[in-house]
Amino acid sequence: MSQIVGNPTVEPAEPDDRAATTSFTDYLRALLRDKVTAVAALFLLILLVAAAGAEFLAPHDPNAANLRARFIPPLGTARDGTFYLFGTDELGRDVLSRLMHGATVSMSIGLLGAICSAIVGVSLGILAGFYRGKLEIVLMRAVDGMMALPSLLIALFILFVIGSGFANLIFIFTLLHWMIFARMARSLTLSYKEQTYVTAARAVGASDLRIILTHILPNMISPLLVLFTLEIAVLILSEASLSFLGFGVQPPRASWGLMIARGREYISSAWWLVVMPGAAIFLAALCLNLVAAWARAISDPVQRWRWLTKPSTEKDAT
Amino acid sequence: MTNNIPPPLLDVRNLSVRFDTPHGKVQAVNGVSWSIAAGATLGIIGESGSGKSVGLEAIMGLIQSPPGHVTGEVIFDGQNLLTMTQENRRALRGEKISMVFQDAVSALNPSLTIGYQISEVYRSRKRCSKEDASRKAVELMDRVRIPSAKTRLKQYPFEFSGGMCQRVMIATALAMDPQILIADEPTTALDVTVQRQIMALLADLQRDTGMALVLITHDLGVVAEVVEQALVMYAGKVVEQADVNTLFDRPAHPYTRSLIGSMPRIDNRGMRLKAIAGSPPAAGRTLPGCSFHPRCPDQFEICASQQPELSRVGTNHIASCHLNVVATDER
Repeated sequence: MSQIVGNPTVEPAEPDDRAATTSFTDYLRALLRDKVTAVAALFLLILLVAAAGAEFLAPHDPNAANLRARFIPPLGTARDGTFYLFGTDELGRDVLSRLMHGATVSMSIGLLGAICSAIVGVSLGILAGFYRGKLEIVLMRAVDGMMALPSLLIALFILFVIGSGFANLIFIFTLLHWMIFARMARSLTLSYKEQTYVTAARAVGASDLRIILTHILPNMISPLLVLFTLEIAVLILSEASLSFLGFGVQPPRASWGLMIARGREYISSAWWLVVMPGAAIFLAALCLNLVAAWARAISDPVQRWRWLTKPSTEKDAT
Repeated sequence: MTNNIPPPLLDVRNLSVRFDTPHGKVQAVNGVSWSIAAGATLGIIGESGSGKSVGLEAIMGLIQSPPGHVTGEVIFDGQNLLTMTQENRRALRGEKISMVFQDAVSALNPSLTIGYQISEVYRSRKRCSKEDASRKAVELMDRVRIPSAKTRLKQYPFEFSGGMCQRVMIATALAMDPQILIADEPTTALDVTVQRQIMALLADLQRDTGMALVLITHDLGVVAEVVEQALVMYAGKVVEQADVNTLFDRPAHPYTRSLIGSMPRIDNRGMRLKAIAGSPPAAGRTLPGCSFHPRCPDQFEICASQQPELSRVGTNHIASCHLNVVATDER
């Protein structure tokens, strides 16, 4: 060593008034400041609670027909004095109770379907993007091929062969929806793989598995979360259309799509039979979209910080 | 010189790296040989595209194949790294040989905390508990002089300045006390004052730990101050190697002379800098003669047709130029 360069003083420490960790209440407070997202999140929460506890929370038995209380409009009262918040249908069944039980079906199919397709799609996509070669060619051509298929028609066909049912529906949805996750995961892997931090991780001796799990996957969470939330909405809609066509959930079980299908005949005389489940589907999809944008913001460290501290800077400005 | 007495820690023999691209074969590194003893320092100088980074990535085993194609021998501790199994080689990386990258900001994963990334080596090798890993991360951050290490542990790379990111990179590379540290232009992306600090830090750490340091740079000033031996590369080949003082006092290759001539000096202020005319041969093109001859101020007939060999021009000083051969012949 010939001589020492420069002065070995350290760079001055930057003032750090931010807390090193962010607690749950910080997130909650920030969520409450964002009014639209807060309402959407609240609605989804209510929907989840209603779906999870439909068995206990529903005011009536969803399948109990009462022919003396048919077509009672929302906020109406039957002759025996029973109050119906969302009215009753053509068999005198309580629409609210059926909506709640339908939420169980829709939410669980939406969530499970999205989880299964995400797991299948993301793992195949990462493998294709990371290892390239023949695997990638085969997988991606399979994706292209499957994307070209008319999904509703295929779903109808397969359900016709294997029969409808909850597990079968999840299977169909995974089969028809993994491709979009695979495509996204592959393209993200391709770009992350070339990042210097992946090379740097290799340089400290990280294994392929470790690189995939700790360096590629976490960076994907943010865009994937958006896709995931949107996919839940798409699946809820798909389930509704399949049930509407009579191939999804079978009566007497309630499902939003099925309720619309049944109510369609009475749309001129009993609008609420279509409007109530229709509104449920619309609001669920809308709220999921709104929450998706928020989920993206908080899963990205850079944006999370801005989002958490946004109001204080606004206050400073005024 | 006593340099030949201890066996070299890392011995690179005839290393070549070729890339098969859709536009043809690109010979990025063409038969490079050098060695470094334990605790020694070596600077590799060259302009962009001279193959200095690619050569070191090949030593680290970071060249993807295909399209990369690495030949030659890289002997570390008696073992040829290029014929080792991938598993053994991976175990060596980060533990015996570490690397510091050019652009520290992009060499850190934006979605992981600094503390996690510094202790990655421990975590990936499952050598110790998470608590131990983060305690060691704090120690390492102290060693590379990052202030308030404990709070900074939980921060993300975007909350760090460029210089701080480079310190984090160095800490990561030092985690396992490697025998060789390869620093690939560690100061390129930084401003001048921070460059000084980082170089000083590297020099201090090298002296304290006794590790060997291979420093890639195109900054001759850095080479002059930090390393003992220097190697000049041009178009994928070594054109000159000597200890730093010899290289600066008696450069034997016209390229080295031009490089030194194009460096601003404090003692000739107001003078126009001598730029090297032209540009290096395009990647993939090999010239029949000396690859520097189109730009060489001293070229003569033989330069365009015959490739010069590396030859001794002094004690511990080699260069590849026909001029030297002619000079010794005439002598």
